[in-house]
Amino acid sequence: MTAYLLRRFISLSLSLVAASLVIFLVMEAVPGDPASFMMGINADPAAVAALREQLGLNEPLPLRYLGWVAGLLQGDFGVSYTYRVPVSELIAERVMISLPLTLYALALSTLIAFPAGILAAARRNSATDLSVMGATQLGVAIPNFWFAMILVLVFAINLRWFSAGGFPGWDAGILAAMKSLTLPAIALALPQASILARVMRSSLIDTLDEDFMRTARAKGLSRSQALRRHALRNALIPVLTIIGLQFSFLLAGGIIIENVFYLPGLGRLVFQAITQRDLIVVRSVVILLVFAVIVVTFLVDLAYAAADPRLRRRR
Amino acid sequence: MRGDHSEHSFVRTAIGHPAFVTGFVLSALFVALALISFVWTPFDPTRLAISNKLQSPSPQHWLGTDHFGRDMLSMIMVGARVSIAVAFVAVGIGMIIGVPLGLYAAARRGSLIDEIIMRGNDLVFAFPSLLLAIMITAVFGPGAVNAIIAIGIFNIPVFARLARGAALSLWTRDFILAARVAGKGRTRISAEHILPNIANLLIVQGTIQFSLAILAEAALAYVGLGAQPPLPSWGRMLADAQTLISLAPHMALIPGFAIIITVLGLNLMGDGLRDLFDPKLRRGRG
Repeated sequence: MTAYLLRRFISLSLSLVAASLVIFLVMEAVPGDPASFMMGINADPAAVAALREQLGLNEPLPLRYLGWVAGLLQGDFGVSYTYRVPVSELIAERVMISLPLTLYALALSTLIAFPAGILAAARRNSATDLSVMGATQLGVAIPNFWFAMILVLVFAINLRWFSAGGFPGWDAGILAAMKSLTLPAIALALPQASILARVMRSSLIDTLDEDFMRTARAKGLSRSQALRRHALRNALIPVLTIIGLQFSFLLAGGIIIENVFYLPGLGRLVFQAITQRDLIVVRSVVILLVFAVIVVTFLVDLAYAAADPRLRRRR
Repeated sequence: MRGDHSEHSFVRTAIGHPAFVTGFVLSALFVALALISFVWTPFDPTRLAISNKLQSPSPQHWLGTDHFGRDMLSMIMVGARVSIAVAFVAVGIGMIIGVPLGLYAAARRGSLIDEIIMRGNDLVFAFPSLLLAIMITAVFGPGAVNAIIAIGIFNIPVFARLARGAALSLWTRDFILAARVAGKGRTRISAEHILPNIANLLIVQGTIQFSLAILAEAALAYVGLGAQPPLPSWGRMLADAQTLISLAPHMALIPGFAIIITVLGLNLMGDGLRDLFDPKLRRGRG
C-alpha cells in the first residue's frame, strides 16, 4: 500500500506541475500587454513601463513562472490588475458561492440518481425502467443553461417561488442563501443525475447477474434483501468514479450557470477577468479549478484502492 | 468483427431497431435543414424587420420572429449548419489526431512514447472541457474556428484512449500474431488489421462525441465565445432570449428544442449503433 501511495503521489505531483506549466504558457500567449490595458489608451509610455516593472512583467519567462509557483505554494496568487486587491481575496470571496453550489448540485444529483437507477435496475425491462431510461436520455440531451432559463421562467417569473438571480450573501442567513442557489443547483444537477442514474442502473444490472447474487437468493434472501445487502455495495465502484468525475463537470459547468443566474461566483469572476484582460485572475481561477479536479480524481483513486485491494496491483 | 453479416442484413436489422431509427430520423432532420439552408431559407436570417419583432409562430413565420424581427425558422436552419459544422470538424480533429496516437501507443506498449502519450491525455482530461474551451477562446478570441479548436482538443484524448484500449486487446490475438509472422511491421498491422477492427467502436464513440460537441458549441455561443454575429447560432439565440423570456418564451423554447432534438437523435443513434455492432452488449447497458 505504501508503494502504491508513493507512486500515486508522484504522479499527482507531476500532473500538478504539468498543468501549471500549460496554464502559464497559454496565458503568456495572450495578445495584449496587461500594463497598457490597465493604464488606458492615452497612458504615458513611461508610466506604462514603470507599471510593467512593478508587475514584474520584464523578468525572463522561467523566472516569472517560478515566482508564480512559489507564490501559489504560499497561497499568494498575486494582485489583480483591475481590482488592485490580492487575487486570493477575490477567489476566497467567490469560492464561498461556487463550492456550495457545486456540492449542492452533487448532492441533488446523487439523491435523484440513486433511487432512479436502483428502481430501473430492480425492475429491468418494465415500464418503470423504460420511463426512467427515457427520462435520462432526455436529461443528457438538455443543455443545462437552457434548463436554467426554463426554471427561471416557471419558478421565478410565473410562480414567484424563487428569485430569478443574484445572491443575498451568507449574511442574509443560510436559508435565504441556499434558496438562491436552489434553481442553479437543480439546473446543474439534471444532466449529471441522468448520467449517474444510467451508470447506477447498468452497474447494478451487471452485479445482479453475478454468481454470488444467485447464491444469496439460493440461501433464502428475498430479491430486495439480496439487492440491499450484496448487490448495492458491489455496484458502487463505477458509480463512485462517476461521482468523482462529476465534481469537475459541476465545478466547470457552474461557470455557465452562474452567468445565467448572475451569481457572483468563480465563473462570473473568470468572465469578467477575460473581458478586462485581468490575466492574473483568469490564470489563478483556472489553476485552482484544475488542481481541484486533479486532487479529487486522486482521492477517488485512493478510495478505490482502500475499497478494493485488487486495484492496487493492477496499476 | 467485420464480415460477420452482409451489408444487406445489417440494414435490415438496423431498420428493426426502434432507438436507432428514431435517432437516425431526428438527426437526419437537422442535417437536412442545415443542407437546405445553403440553397433556401424562408427569409434572410440576418434581415432585420423591427416592425415584425417578437411575433409568435404564425402561418407566415412558422417559428415566429425574434427581437429584431428576424425569422426564427431561417435562423434555426442556418444555426443547424453552424452547430453541425463545428461539431463535425471538432470530432474529426479528435479522431484524426487521437486515433493514430492511440494506435501508436498500443503498438509500442510500455515504451516511453506510450507513457508520454497517455500522460498527455491525462493532462488534457484534467482540464474540465468547458474550462479548456473558455481558456482557448479567451486567449485567441471568440469565434467559430476557435470553438472548433477548443472542442477538438478535448476530443483528442477521448479517441486516443479508446483506440489504445481497443488496440491493446487486439495485439494479443492470433490473427495479429499471424500478420507479424508474415513479416508485417507495426504500423502496417495497425493500419491494415487493427484499425478496421476498431472502426465500429470509433463510429459509436464519434456519434456520442458529436452530440457532446453540439452541446459544447451551444454553451460557448451562449456565453459569447462561439460563432460571432451576424452568423446565427443556437447558443446565441438562447442568450438573446434570456432577457425577453417572459415576453417572448418562443425565442427561448425553439432553439432549446432544436438542440435537445439533435442531441437526443445523435445519442439514440449512437446507442442503437452500439447494439447493432455488438449484440452481446444488448443486455441493457446504460
